Amino acid sequence: MSHVSTGEAWAFWILGSIAVIGALGMVIARNAVHSALWLVLTMLCLGFLYVVNAAPFLGAVQIIVYTGAIMMLFLFVLMLVGRDSSDSVVEVLRGQRVAALLLGLAFALLLVAGVGRTVYQIPAAGLGDAGWNGNLPGIGRLIFTDYLFPFELTSALLITAALGAMVLAFAQRRPRAKSGQRATVIARLRGDRISPLPGPGVYATANSVAVPALLPDGSPAPESLSEILEGHEVEEIPRPPADAHSLTGRRKELEK
Amino acid sequence: MSATNYLLLSGLLFTVGAIGVLVRRNAIVVFMCIELMLNACNLAFVVFSRMHGNLDGQIIAFFTMVVAAAEVVVGLAIIVSLFRSRHSASVDDASLMKL
Repeated sequence: MSHVSTGEAWAFWILGSIAVIGALGMVIARNAVHSALWLVLTMLCLGFLYVVNAAPFLGAVQIIVYTGAIMMLFLFVLMLVGRDSSDSVVEVLRGQRVAALLLGLAFALLLVAGVGRTVYQIPAAGLGDAGWNGNLPGIGRLIFTDYLFPFELTSALLITAALGAMVLAFAQRRPRAKSGQRATVIARLRGDRISPLPGPGVYATANSVAVPALLPDGSPAPESLSEILEGHEVEEIPRPPADAHSLTGRRKELEK
Repeated sequence: MSATNYLLLSGLLFTVGAIGVLVRRNAIVVFMCIELMLNACNLAFVVFSRMHGNLDGQIIAFFTMVVAAAEVVVGLAIIVSLFRSRHSASVDDASLMKL
């Protein structure tokens, strides 16, 4: 493999640079959807690089599974969660971004130096026929002989993952206590309240269902509001004071 | 040009993904950066397989893809449930285990 054909060198430089551009675009893009699209570009390039590297089966799997299924799932969740998909610029830990960049550059330097010094001398064997026409039979034979047990384990892993996703993403609704007919009758006849619940307040200024009725002593009656309304954000309407004069508009005159 | 270039490309992509994990705040983007790191490792496995002349590296890369698919499903479900309880997908908001 030390003799790499010119065509492969061209493919490497073009696909590799596009892949790196896609990766950088993913990290830099503010919008999360743009990040996902950049990542799709990078993964497509990697798929082609697999094919170039004598792994046509993995290249196809990369395109089908990664760019097809996984990134589609990412975009789906992004659309679901997309309300604040753009990143905040605020730094929670001071200097964290600079430190991350410096550490990343140091890590890249370490990798380049290490890989460049050690691997350069190894004579590459190449896959021969196993890289092209024999790739799929070769992988199939390995999976069902040497790697049979791990392959069976992956089925357990996939079932567990599907089950876990269902459990985690299941929207749990608040269980509402359903009372039967007998319980309702007992509550009606022997409970604290015999009469029906009061309706909401109707005033000269507001007749919204969100305004509670007033009890004889002037305090609001909480039972007069629907339970559904309390779960929602309701814009508070100024309630008229419990005073007969407020309804006739004579209160201001009295205050004067 | 030799196989080393592929390994350097793989290292570069891994580094970009690692920086992204450290820098970005959106949980989904952090997750995508982790996927990029996994992909970079896969590329290295495929190149190693070609260098050593057997298919074991490709098998490992194949298993990595399976595990990555399972991981994505569970991780995105966690992010969705996190978003439901906190109305935000930012990793800064998820600083506590409880709500």
